[in-house]
Amino acid sequence: MTDLTELTLAEARDGLAGKEFTSSEITNAYLGAIDAANSALNAYVAIGHDKARTMAKASDEKLAKGQGGPLEGVPLGIKDLFATEGDHTQACSRILDDFHPPYESTVTANLWADGAVMLGKLNMDEFAMGSSNETSGYGPVKNPWRAEGATTDLVPGGSSGGSATAVAAGLCVAATATDTGGSIRQPAAFTGTVGIKPTYGRCSRWGVVAFASSLDQAGPVTRTVQDAAIMLKSMASLDLKDSTSADVPVPDFEAAVERGVKGLTIGIPKEYRMDGMSDEIESLWQDGIAMMKDAGAEIRDISLPHTKYALPAYYIVAPAEASSNLARYDGVRYGLRETGKDITDMYEKSRAAGFGDEVKRRIMIGTYVLSAGYYDAYYLRAQKVRTLIKRDFETAFDEGVDAILTPATPSAAFPIGDNERHVDPVAMYLNDIFTVTVNMAGLPGIAVPAGLNAQKLPLGLQLIGKPFDEETLFAAGRVIEKAAGRFTPERWW
Amino acid sequence: MAIVDSRTPDPKRFLSGATGDWEIVVGMEVHAQVTSESKLFSGASTSFGSAPNDNVSLVDAAMPGMLPVINQQCVRQAVRTGLGLKAQINKRSVFDRKNYFYPDLPQGYQISQFAHPIVGEGVVMVSVGPDRQGNFEEVEIGIERLHLEQDAGKSMHDQHPTMSYVDLNRSGVGLMEIVSKPDLRSADEAKAYLTKLRTILRYLGTCDGNMDEGSMRADVNVSVRKPGGDFGTRCEIKNVNSIRFVGQAIESEARRQIAILEDGGQIDQETRLFDPAKGETRSMRSKEEAHDYRYFPDPDLLPLEFDDAFVEELATALPELPDDKKARLMSEAGLSAYDASILVSEKAIADYYEALAKGRDGKQAANWVINDLLGALNKAGQSIEETPVSPDQLGQVINLIKEGTISGKIAKELFEIVFAEGGEPRAIVEERGMKQVTDTGAIEAEVDKVIAANPDKVEQAREKPSLAGWFVGQVMKATGGKANPQAVNQLVREKLGID
Repeated sequence: MTDLTELTLAEARDGLAGKEFTSSEITNAYLGAIDAANSALNAYVAIGHDKARTMAKASDEKLAKGQGGPLEGVPLGIKDLFATEGDHTQACSRILDDFHPPYESTVTANLWADGAVMLGKLNMDEFAMGSSNETSGYGPVKNPWRAEGATTDLVPGGSSGGSATAVAAGLCVAATATDTGGSIRQPAAFTGTVGIKPTYGRCSRWGVVAFASSLDQAGPVTRTVQDAAIMLKSMASLDLKDSTSADVPVPDFEAAVERGVKGLTIGIPKEYRMDGMSDEIESLWQDGIAMMKDAGAEIRDISLPHTKYALPAYYIVAPAEASSNLARYDGVRYGLRETGKDITDMYEKSRAAGFGDEVKRRIMIGTYVLSAGYYDAYYLRAQKVRTLIKRDFETAFDEGVDAILTPATPSAAFPIGDNERHVDPVAMYLNDIFTVTVNMAGLPGIAVPAGLNAQKLPLGLQLIGKPFDEETLFAAGRVIEKAAGRFTPERWW
Repeated sequence: MAIVDSRTPDPKRFLSGATGDWEIVVGMEVHAQVTSESKLFSGASTSFGSAPNDNVSLVDAAMPGMLPVINQQCVRQAVRTGLGLKAQINKRSVFDRKNYFYPDLPQGYQISQFAHPIVGEGVVMVSVGPDRQGNFEEVEIGIERLHLEQDAGKSMHDQHPTMSYVDLNRSGVGLMEIVSKPDLRSADEAKAYLTKLRTILRYLGTCDGNMDEGSMRADVNVSVRKPGGDFGTRCEIKNVNSIRFVGQAIESEARRQIAILEDGGQIDQETRLFDPAKGETRSMRSKEEAHDYRYFPDPDLLPLEFDDAFVEELATALPELPDDKKARLMSEAGLSAYDASILVSEKAIADYYEALAKGRDGKQAANWVINDLLGALNKAGQSIEETPVSPDQLGQVINLIKEGTISGKIAKELFEIVFAEGGEPRAIVEERGMKQVTDTGAIEAEVDKVIAANPDKVEQAREKPSLAGWFVGQVMKATGGKANPQAVNQLVREKLGID
């Protein structure tokens, strides 16, 4: 029998429905793989053996009767940002030590309603703030990929580093993730997996620990484009508990995967050709353009003139919202509380002990940009930039562009503890240069592995779509996947 | 933003100090709890008096990942209040976060409306007085804005030797902050404004106005100046919780400021608290200690938008408001402005009056309510809500007069009995023999008796017919007030030979 942990979601789903194996079998296979790998990779921060087996058993009973939902019996990993009832839910922050929510996020509730099984909670950058998974209160996650012939540990990207590593290393069929500035797409690109950030409002934010409310959006990390389509269909819903949830129908995304790009116009934005862009990224981009052309798409050079302001504006808006969203972690009602001589002292000691450096940095930036006298110069101006960025995309789409093709990241995965990125936080922030615009505009964006670099590390391309047109992204992403093939790391752990 | 001074200095309102007259300038921010089943952004109950933390949802406790959803009932109440204040209704408004740390503020921010409130400028007509001549003065007070915001919870410092407890029942309850323009010029005006505002809210049913339960609270901004001069530096007196205290707080704060200014000092802009026990205000925090609230639009909520039809529907269903009711009572029932003002001053009084006046003479009903009922309630220290005499009971009393069953004088006695003991007025009249005597023979005998006993008065009455009234009075006295006064009057005139 094949190794059950190598199956795609579609294969696992079909195998389960066809009674080729049981959910208990595939769930146990994954639990075994996690137990064997987690000390090396640190992808999971909580493994729910009992819960997974109980859920699998319940799925097996349904499957035996020929019943069950679209994900019946499929074992998934869940990013620690999603509240799952009674489980570890800490956004990988020490400030939420011992917090177990008495509620279930809408996205995970949707997945369980569709029959999925939960393996455990996945590591991530603390409060989703980071691009390397090194800011986690639970230690860094290792990328299952290493440069050819090297033993240097690489980051899996962030903030959904645990999700990306778990999917790439065979520690879950698929994973939930979230993306505020690139946190799904950048780790996907670093690990040779597929990640889609859907349109803002597509997935409910209810029960997802907030980082930056106007940018946060849940999405899946998977092994294939088809798997991403299947996952997103189950994750997405209109949720009246989230005022920003979109009242639009959720289409059968899977049906769009093989639609192709014949007759579509793919835009190539010149502003994404940054100074100092590496040759490997440039050539990857050209490969992607060729793949689209070969599949019958029309390629058009476009301009998104405000792109260069996106990253600085993002690093005002996101910290501003975060500084307010994280105010609730005050030691009063739940999570970590340090003893203080009065209430202010208790706040200061608890927050000093509970938050890591990157989170503190962003709270300080956010507090600063919202302060009296600075609000207009920073926050208000950043919001204006945001409007202009959005307008850039609207213009391109109005002029007939169906999707936009860009690199996903400016480089391949870099080493854990990389000095430059630790001395200079801005060097780390530059990882999001190609992805933040999409969050600022609320658009859907998908990262698809498109090739390996000279060190045999995966690189990804990004496709950006019109609002609520994820279907075109799945179709175009599939074109890249078909042309480039799939990429699996060699096991060293 | 320039503050417009809408008032002409009026010496009647001045306070005199050592250096001459001073004028008080007051503006108020009233926090009125929205009457609604559930909280502004959560489904938890708003009921008063529950056990601590009984009415707390996951949203109210600011659990991670929880999101606010606007309660449409609160939106309707705010719009209705805006309509009642004759204010501009903003079809698009925005919720902002006001950021600060406090244990009774679980989110670490209050959701409020800063730059774009749901209601804009409006007016409240306030009756100030009466003065020594019994006259009221109508003053127009401008409303700056009304916005929706969340209430905070409550810290309890008396439950544990070293810790404070927090009760989140009130956390997230909807408040309307109603901000006046600095148009008030005396403590009496401020009290009249607050009273009128409360009346309007109660007519609308958008706030119960119970200040002792904290569902209405006032922040009072006070400054003083030489009459007609520039606005002075203001101090804000926080959370004053009764109308009487608002008056006291303004008086004492104005006196404090005048004393400082007359000593050559200057007023520091600060937040103060009123101590009812001492009858004075004390400093709470200075301008330097003021928070930087870092307002910004709440990204969890979309701008609040509705259309004209929504406003129109609410406007159509709005109840009659005190000013309109007053005008109607004056034109329909012919009441004086004074009487009409009293009757509409509280919704419960107006409701009582209208129930009583239905099918009866409006003026007569007004006199009974104002002179007898309110007088008796006042004497007993009771409110109109606690009245022991229902409109139906008082209506029977009036009916009995109209039927000629009892005289007006007996009716007063009957009212007192019903007020003190309760019971059916008609039955009481039967049981206690209070019926009016209309038997002419019996009355005639009494008239003859009085005439016979007072020959000198008879002489005088023939000279001066108006003295007939004295004879009527004597007969009424002799019959214990039960004789029909008209019959007595007629007989007296006949017997005295005057027309």
